[in-house]
Amino acid sequence: MKHNKPKIIILSGYGLNCEEETKFAFEWVGGNVNIVHINDLIAKPGMLKEYDIMVFPGGFSYGDDTGSGKAYANKFKNHLAKELAEFLSRDTLVIGICNGFQIITNLGILPGGLTYNKNEKYLDRWVDLEVKGESPWLSGIKKISLPIAHGEGHYVISQKEYKEMEKRKQIAFTYTKGEICNFQNLEKNPNGSDYDIAGVLAYNGRVLGLMPHPERAMFPHQSPLWQMNKTKQKEGAGLQIFKNAINYFRKNKRRK
Amino acid sequence: MISRIYVADKKDPKFVQSYLFTHFFSPQELTRIANALTNPVLENFSINSFPKIKKTFAMEIGFKPGVTDNVAKTVKETVVDLFRGKAKPFEIYSSKIYFTETSYNPLIERAHIALKKHGVIHFPLEIPKVVLKKETPVINIDLAVSDEELLKISREGVANKDGHAKGRAGTRRGPLALDLASMKTIQEYFKKLKRKPTDIELESLAQTWSEHCKHTIFANPIDEIKDGLYKTYIKGATNLIRKQKVGKGQQDFCVSVFSDNSGGIIFDKDYLITHKVETHNSPSALDPFGGAITGIVGVNRDTIGFGLGAKPVANVYGFCFGYPEDKKRFFKDKNLQEEMLPPKRIIDGVIKGINTGGNCSGIPTLSGFVKFDDRYRAKPLVFAGTVGLIPKKINGKPSHMKKAGVGDYVVVVGGRVGLDGIHGATFSSVAMDANSPATAVQIGDPITQKKLSDAIIKEARDLSLYTSITDDGAGGLSCSVAEMAKESGGAEVDLEKVPLKYPGLRPWEIWISESQERMTLSVPKDKWKTFQKLMDKRGVEATIIGKFTNSGKCIVNYKGKKIMDMDMEFLHDGLPKHNLTTEAILPLPNLPLGKGEEKGGGLTQTLENLLAQKNISGFSFISEQYDHEVQGTSVLKPLSGRGRINTDAQVFRPVFNSNKGVVLTSSTYPSYGDISTYHMAACAIDTAIRNIVTAGGKLSHLAILDNFCWCSSNDPRRLAQLKDAVKACYDYAVGYSTPFISGKDSMFNDFKGYDEKGNPVAISIPPTLLISAISVMPNLHKTISPEFKKAGDIIYLLGETKDELGGGEYLKMLGVVGNNVPKVNLEKNLKTYLVLEKAIEKELVASALSVTSGGIGVALAKACIGGMLGCKISLDSIGKAYGVDVKLFSESQGRILVSVPPKNIPAFEKIIKNIPHTNLGKIIKDGKIIVTAGKNKILETKVKKLHNVYHSFSDSMK
Repeated sequence: MKHNKPKIIILSGYGLNCEEETKFAFEWVGGNVNIVHINDLIAKPGMLKEYDIMVFPGGFSYGDDTGSGKAYANKFKNHLAKELAEFLSRDTLVIGICNGFQIITNLGILPGGLTYNKNEKYLDRWVDLEVKGESPWLSGIKKISLPIAHGEGHYVISQKEYKEMEKRKQIAFTYTKGEICNFQNLEKNPNGSDYDIAGVLAYNGRVLGLMPHPERAMFPHQSPLWQMNKTKQKEGAGLQIFKNAINYFRKNKRRK
Repeated sequence: MISRIYVADKKDPKFVQSYLFTHFFSPQELTRIANALTNPVLENFSINSFPKIKKTFAMEIGFKPGVTDNVAKTVKETVVDLFRGKAKPFEIYSSKIYFTETSYNPLIERAHIALKKHGVIHFPLEIPKVVLKKETPVINIDLAVSDEELLKISREGVANKDGHAKGRAGTRRGPLALDLASMKTIQEYFKKLKRKPTDIELESLAQTWSEHCKHTIFANPIDEIKDGLYKTYIKGATNLIRKQKVGKGQQDFCVSVFSDNSGGIIFDKDYLITHKVETHNSPSALDPFGGAITGIVGVNRDTIGFGLGAKPVANVYGFCFGYPEDKKRFFKDKNLQEEMLPPKRIIDGVIKGINTGGNCSGIPTLSGFVKFDDRYRAKPLVFAGTVGLIPKKINGKPSHMKKAGVGDYVVVVGGRVGLDGIHGATFSSVAMDANSPATAVQIGDPITQKKLSDAIIKEARDLSLYTSITDDGAGGLSCSVAEMAKESGGAEVDLEKVPLKYPGLRPWEIWISESQERMTLSVPKDKWKTFQKLMDKRGVEATIIGKFTNSGKCIVNYKGKKIMDMDMEFLHDGLPKHNLTTEAILPLPNLPLGKGEEKGGGLTQTLENLLAQKNISGFSFISEQYDHEVQGTSVLKPLSGRGRINTDAQVFRPVFNSNKGVVLTSSTYPSYGDISTYHMAACAIDTAIRNIVTAGGKLSHLAILDNFCWCSSNDPRRLAQLKDAVKACYDYAVGYSTPFISGKDSMFNDFKGYDEKGNPVAISIPPTLLISAISVMPNLHKTISPEFKKAGDIIYLLGETKDELGGGEYLKMLGVVGNNVPKVNLEKNLKTYLVLEKAIEKELVASALSVTSGGIGVALAKACIGGMLGCKISLDSIGKAYGVDVKLFSESQGRILVSVPPKNIPAFEKIIKNIPHTNLGKIIKDGKIIVTAGKNKILETKVKKLHNVYHSFSDSMK
């Protein structure tokens, strides 16, 4: 479906907390965004049909009790399984950021799972990422630096599944040593993720889950490198991911 | 039926999560539940049989009955939802089972160790349910007794009826903490009414009149100051500054100060920004995690409770601890049964509490500090603050105005009421000893609060569904309802309507409980249905418990019977005034000043040692475990530069569409108070202001907050120190035109107990004043970070260096207090700060670092570490008469270390020509740090080495 202003639903409620800045990022690049509380979606599940992009933003749903993302995913599955299947059957996009990533792995629409960081501590810092997979979300990006902030970001996957995913270009990002790690002399993969995986894809790249926060890198001043080079640019590197999503609906003319 | 579901990691279980159910589920239903609680990719579950594990024992740690169990709450929601609300009735209790001996807090947690027998580990199916004894709900108290008996009631609390039957003295309910004059006033009041007070009336008065709520020490007349310290010096300063600003045609940016839960100032034409800093010292001493988390989520509610509700946009923290390596044991009781927690346990718990509170709530924890002193063994100080954002107008009306209307419903929203947090307010108003109540501890539930916060400030507020709102904090409903009743002129509450965590609470307990995550609102009758529906949709419990009236009375009923009937006037203003007097403090003996000039390599070692001091070195282990980037607003972060140094001030962007930035900082110098509390306060204000300007903030749009943490405040000498400090607050706030907008005090941070030999011990914290500052900068793109940027840049020191080592870190390291405490030269410093503002405005500076503890030596080291660059410095042009250690380590105020790119030098020198300044040298590439005095190289080291020293404490805490 081609249109200039795709409709975006960002879920909220029960401790999700990055919905407002994520909304700003999508609106900045031309999206038509609604933040919808999960209970309002459950009350009117049909509304999901109106949307092109579904966003599970970052946060701390249910305080990570019983395991990150689990309780929110249970709620979603209990009430919206049919609607989710319908949404994914259309030519739509889904992104899960941080807690959103944890939620959609628990929903089972992405492979693998996320568990405690290797040193069992919550960590906020920037990481360098290398794009490996193929996805509308990742057009034109080869390397990017974004911040992480999580306690359960260790991605777990079996060797067998990993090989399959690699073949199918389902590894979105891996942690790598780039300009941030070199700048602050940091290790590349701080949470101990299997195969350095920071983000994964499914449904032909239409569904993206990632631990780093692109919305926290939408302005140049958010980067730890900004003080070294106060560029006059208005846009930070993370914005490209949001632009790509919008462009998918603007450019995608001859898709089935 | 009782069943347990165990869930454990497949690969490497560090612990097993246990869910203990009392239920009527079928085995199939139980399996369905277990599946929902297990991520099949990562975990396995088992029902009623403990997972097979190669360990010889396991240790279960769960909560004691009645303590908030957040995991259980989530499981309950999940299960109810799984059966679409049609689940058979059940209860659930969560616990974690470890394979190593794990420390726990017996005050709130229960532990059970199970050994492997016949190859299996088995845990019993016992339910930790709250069982409360049935007892007379309300008792009348005879106050027609001797003064001695009155004091006993105040000190130990109302006697329960439990003892009489057995012919023994009954148990007591815990301190009311009222002085004799107050007790006699109450005695007199009820004598006139010709009746005995009920327990709830007495408890209610004790809450409302507590030092914690009424700030009696700041309110009462003291010596010649008839209006008291607060009115004369703190509020007095703000009133004068506002008047002066208007007189000079400057912007009076204060909008709502000292009257609400937070202080509010102008952000821009559309928004207000609020700030409030609280302390949670006593609860953190008993239960560090619970104390700290309720401290931070509690102060979040002071933001949500500002005006019609501000959105929390930044958290701040400050910790004063005993040293982590201190293993001395102290006990509350003579029999050495009740041990105080050691500093390391307190440190770990408090840091984790702020972590969970802030991270779970989605509020960036931006700004903070940590200080150490042996005397904080008396009580740790835990400062927690929140900055809020609110549109100036909501539906056309000023957002900071609120008024509960006559006839509006009294509505409580959020968490339920339990025994947790009873006597918190009165307890924090006394020294800690064996009578300190365990019920004063609470566990926070940030998610319940997040749901409440979102429903109020993102929805109900903008629909104008309520007329007033306040936080249920100290004193619980007794304070929040009585406070709001002032707006309408009275209130009547039916206490049995308050939702409870478990049955059996007595009315007085319901009324004063400080159970968390609750707010009280006034909802007009015609808005109630909409309000209730909205709260229901957001999973927030909302209940009408009464109505606001204009009867002039605060009336409480319980099951149809009136149990409290008190004049509002007496409740709020009946507290008798009490004249405080001070006694002069003895002058200090003349202690040695500096050590005098040193030659050779001694100073290199001294600087490295100084940098390793815990009061100076980095604390990235705290900064990086707090999410400081959520909400996407970060500009100047807690850690900066290549070498990740801790910044003194932080900048963030609360409104994406605006280029305005908000600058935050705080400052405290407890050790200066050992010499003079006047100068201690002056330096804290000067440093806070300097930190703000150094990062790019504006003096003309800068407000400050005070937090006094004092000790033994009934000692006239401590009061003299207090009076000095408050006087300095007035002098310097007025001098810099920086108004106070909010403040708080905690006056009894003392410990009285016993050492491990049973000898009596008394410890008092050093009088501590925290000054927090908030400023709005017009263009956040001009933010300056503290670290050096580039080799070749020239290093300047702005401001004057004097022989002021007294109370500083250098002398402290040598085991000396000293005498020459830094003094603030207001006129000169003001000039310097305005010049620095101009230089930053013109974008001439590459870095700016506020010189504080450890003087120029430490400032240079930090700027180098931050940039991972070296420098070549000459000390010759700094006050020639002083020894090099004075030059390097004196903590004179008003100084900033600045680096300037060569191309900007002419313009920069022109701007600074009329203020004291020194060209110290330049930044060099090879990482060497070289300091010369005359022809001598007095210090030489490498930035890599300093980097390791600076981070060594933090690395040891990871």
